[in-house]
Formats: sequence, structure tokens, C-alpha cells
Amino acid sequence: MPNEKKPDPTRREFVSSGARGLGLLTLGSMGGYLSGRSQAEETVWQIDAEKCIRCGKCATECVLEESAVKCVHNFDMCGYCKLCTGYFEPEPNALNTGAENQLCPTGAIKRKFVEDPYFQYSIEESLCVGCAKCIEGCTRFGNGSLFLQVRHDRCVNCNDCSIARSCPSQAIERVPADQPYKLKGKGEG
Amino acid sequence: MKGRPQTTDFRLQTTDHRLQTSDFRQTRDYRPQTPALHHSSTPPLHHSTTPPIRTAHPSVLLLLSALLFAPYAHAAERFPPPDFESGYSLPETTTPPPRIANMAVVDVVVLLFTLGLASYLALKRRRRNEILYLSMFSLVYFGFYREGCVCAIGSIQNVSLAMFDGRAVIPLGVLAFFILPLAFTLFFGRTFCAAACPHGALQDLVLVKPVKVPAWLEQGLRLVPYVYLGGAVLLAATGSAFIICQFDPFIGLFRMTGTRNMLLFGGGFLIAGMFIGRPYCRYLCPYGAILGLLSKVSKWHVAITPDECIQCRLCEESCPFAAIHHPTPSESGEARPVGRARLGRLLLLLPVCVILGGWLGARLSGPISLLHPQIDLAEQVFLAETGQLKETDDAVKAFRQTGRPSQELFDEALPMKERYVTWGWFFGAFVGLVAGLKLIQLSLKRTRTDYETDRANCVACARCFEYCPYEHVRRGDIDFVPVEALTKAASEKEPVA
Repeated sequence: MPNEKKPDPTRREFVSSGARGLGLLTLGSMGGYLSGRSQAEETVWQIDAEKCIRCGKCATECVLEESAVKCVHNFDMCGYCKLCTGYFEPEPNALNTGAENQLCPTGAIKRKFVEDPYFQYSIEESLCVGCAKCIEGCTRFGNGSLFLQVRHDRCVNCNDCSIARSCPSQAIERVPADQPYKLKGKGEG
Repeated sequence: MKGRPQTTDFRLQTTDHRLQTSDFRQTRDYRPQTPALHHSSTPPLHHSTTPPIRTAHPSVLLLLSALLFAPYAHAAERFPPPDFESGYSLPETTTPPPRIANMAVVDVVVLLFTLGLASYLALKRRRRNEILYLSMFSLVYFGFYREGCVCAIGSIQNVSLAMFDGRAVIPLGVLAFFILPLAFTLFFGRTFCAAACPHGALQDLVLVKPVKVPAWLEQGLRLVPYVYLGGAVLLAATGSAFIICQFDPFIGLFRMTGTRNMLLFGGGFLIAGMFIGRPYCRYLCPYGAILGLLSKVSKWHVAITPDECIQCRLCEESCPFAAIHHPTPSESGEARPVGRARLGRLLLLLPVCVILGGWLGARLSGPISLLHPQIDLAEQVFLAETGQLKETDDAVKAFRQTGRPSQELFDEALPMKERYVTWGWFFGAFVGLVAGLKLIQLSLKRTRTDYETDRANCVACARCFEYCPYEHVRRGDIDFVPVEALTKAASEKEPVA
């Protein structure tokens, strides 16, 4: 077996360069195939408020300690109710801003008198944890002007959104980065 | 501006309702005790998006019944937005733009720059400290500044998904992050690992006292990346999960926040990394598995010494990653027929491994398929319909609200589930193949006369270069190599196991 006796650098080199060529060919064809189907435009995560069932996972499942999902308010849709079912506990002692009357666990909704009998409700975003308690109340009895959105000043745009992974209604999807919000009531139809 | 007779009337009515807390009291139990809307498996009759309400104020009920007959009416009609008389203007809903706007071009340029420089430093300059500085730059840029995303390791999943799912698209930047390091590795070895990967840089930084991992454990653990790679490709291609991202050890550190499990996992790797060189790279990194294969056939791989090896044994234990092949002892070695017979047996074992692995993989495909959201949902709806799960389960409730018949979901999920059996076969066969090939590789004895880099596992960190006396001649530190003295000392040294 003369071939096996001595180390044969040329054979090794031949196999090696052949494999290298094959590797390059694979990489090239893969790159060519995929770049034909790829897009330069980036995408970001967003919640489809119509699919959201207010389960509260957005507050707990985000990889950030303070979730990137927050409640937003579409004022266009709001009824400015004095008794806001998104703001007040089911049986409030009084219709005032007392903490015991509020649904929000962090007091992130600010209630401001506009004119009789209307009140403005706005979200203090630094306090909001995205638990969707207010949204449940608003959607169930009110106009649904409160809803959850991924806030892109916070979202780190994970490859695999961990909230999306555990969302029971699969309401989180990728949207183009130049239209990063799905605001309820706006841009529909 | 009081001219909206009908709606104004309506609003007055509802406004009254809002004013009276006593009225509200009747509606108090509106929250969770709503029973499931549809008890049986019969499909819902209407497609209204209105949530169910049990006890409500009559006006609300009236409104709801009206909504039922107008399926596409929006909930916004419950309390029409008021006409303000005090000149109040509606605030705008803020929409902060994405934090990191299109950085893909910058990222790819920086990656190309680091890859090129890393290859130059490893092959030409051969200085450990320069590679270390470059890796620190990568750690800061790709790690802490870009917060670990985009990363070549995770790009495997995007590529797999795009390859196998016709609907998936892959951002060009991610594709570049997948292909560029692989292409560089085909020519220069794993210089990506040396200085461009933030994970490697971080682990290199914490390594204080490398200990030697026993050979059997080392060889066994080196199989894990292939299994992980196979699993990651399987789960990504089927659209089930991105496990590489999910179990990324250091991303929590890069972001300076994360879930407890993530931080524990990352912390564990860092502590282990103080004593075991680059534990993630060696025993888990799926990208490293591909890089290792390509590095084996790389055109210009780093060598411990470009000059003649004088077997001074100085570099023998310089590699903290067990990536130096020692010369094979000349006198030992078994008779050729014994080795040949063993190789024959192992070659026969290979198909057995593949088939057994495939069979096991197919067995496992059932539980694995539950990682797919659609199949998982179908499973839960099925369990709910057979009474094994409450209808109030979040996912089931959400599905009921969509108004889709459950049979449609089952019909959709079943073929998907069947596809997992095929995937399970492939995955299991791949693992079996890797295990079988590893056994063959271990049984093959290749004669080496010199100390050489183990191309698959060498990450071109340049540590061993400094141990070679010829390196110091090249650098001008010394004038000549005292060959005889060194070889004499080497022959007196205890042999390394």
C-alpha cells in the first residue's frame, strides 16, 4: 500500500480545495437564492389590537424588565366618560382620582376635567406596565379607545419576540419599520 | 354646534348613565366571571367582535343588540366622541419611531472591517494583544452598543426559515451576517470567533484559570453544538421557535436587563468561562459547528509556527480551548489490521446510528410540534372540546372570539403536524450521522510529527504563537533559537496525557 504509507499532501490539499470550492458554491447559491427573496427594509414587532384579548402577558413576558408594551390612548375614539370603565374600579367609592377607585395598579392614567360632563384620560407612559387592566374595562364597556402597542422607543426588536411567543391570541406580528404602529381606529379601511 | 340631533340624544341618555353611580352598581360584575361564549363545539353564529357581557345597563344591551345586527360596526359607537364647546382640542397619540433605525448598512460595514482586520491580525501580525483589542471593540459595538442583535449565530434561524418557508423574508443585513463570516472562514479559519464575535470576546475576557477538560468529556461535549444546530434549524424552518435567541446566554448582559432565567444562564456561562475556555463557543454555539467544518478546509489557516516545528513542547499546553493536535507517539500504536477491523465495524454502525436516530427523532416529533403556535392552539382547542381543558383558557377564548370553526383549525394543523414527523426523521438522522462520524473520526489515527492547530476548534486567538521560540526570533526579541537545549529539555519533560 504505497499510497497510505507516506503522508500525501497533494491528495489532502486536493480534497480540501475541492471541499472549499463546494462550500463557496453552496454559500454563493444560498446567498443568491435568499437575496432574491430578501428585503432591505427592516421590520418591527407590533400588536394587532383587534386580536388582543388583554391577557396581561405583555406586562410579564417581555425580555425587558419594564415591558416595551404600553397602553396608548386614541383620543379620537374616546367618549370622555365621567365614569370611565377603563379608569375606575367596578364599584368605586367616588368618581374621583383616589387610588382606591382606580383600576390601574400603578396609577398611570391621568384624569383631567375638560368640560361638563367630559373628562380626559391620558396615559403616563413611564408608569404604565402594559398589564391591560384598563383596556379590558374600556373595551368591554367603553369605546375601546385604550389599547396596547409596542412602544418603539423601548422595544429592542428581538429576532424572536418573547411576548409574541407566549401570546395566546397570536396578536403580535412583524410590521414594516416605517409604519411601526397599528393605531386603533386610524388607518383602517 | 349642537346640530347632531340623534346622536346627541343618545349621548344625553348615556351621559345620564355615566352620571349615576347607583346605576353603575347594577353593572358592577362585568369583569371576569363571563362564561365562555360558546360552550359546545358548534361554530359561533355571528362574527361580531363585541365581547360578551352578562349583566349590563339596558342602554348598553340595546346598543349591543344593535351591534349584533351590524357585524362590522365598530365598538366606537357606544359612546360617540363628544363635541366640545370649550375649545378643547384632542391630543395626538404619540408614536415614537423605532429606537434603532436602519443600521443594517453600518453593521455590515463594521462586520466586514472587523473580519478583515481580524484575519490580517491573526495571519500576518500574529499578536495576541492586537486581536484582544479588536475583540474588545467588537464586544462594545456588536455587544453593548447594538445589544447583541444582529448576530451571526442567530442568523442561522432566519436563513433556515427563509430557505424552507416560501412566505418568510430575510433582511439583507441578516443574510450578510450569516454568509460573510462563513466565507471568511473558508479562507482564513475562524477569525470571526477570534475578534468579531462579541460572545467569544466576552468569554475570552473572563478566562482567568483555564483547566483541562478530560478528553472523553471534551469529545462528547463537542457533539452538542451539532445537535443544537440541527434542533435550531428544525424549529426555525418549521416556524416553531427561535431557540438560539431564546437561550442566548449573554444578550441579557448586553442589554443590561433580562428575565431571571436568562441572567442565571448567562451568569453560569461566565462563571464556568473563568475556568473553562469559551464554554459557549466550544460546547453549544451552533454557528461554531458550521464554522468548524468550514475551517477544516480553510485555505490559509493560522499555524502555531510558520517555521519548522522543533518539538520544544513549549506551546503544548498553551491552548485553553484544547485545539492543539499533539504529535502522535512514534512507538505506540496498534497493529494495522486491528484498526482496520474497528473502522469496518464503525462504518457498519454508521447507518445503524442514522436510522436509529431518525426513528427516535420521528418519535419525538409529536411533542416538538407543540412548539408551533398553530399546532399548539389546535391542541388546546381540541383538549377544550373534549373537556380536558377549560373553555376559559386564554388561547381557547381568543380562538373562540375569532369565530372560526374549530374544524378548520384542525384541518390546518394536522398536515403541519405530519410534516414534523419528516422533520423528526431528518433531525434524528442528522444527530445519528454526527455521532457515527465522530466515532469514526476518533478511531482514525492520523500520524502527526509536529504540533498543529486543530483547525475545526482553533478560534485563531493567537495565544499559542507567543509560546513558539521562532515567533520571538521573527519579532526580534531573540537572535536565534537554542534548538538543542530546547529539545533536550523537552525530552526530559513529563509526557502530557
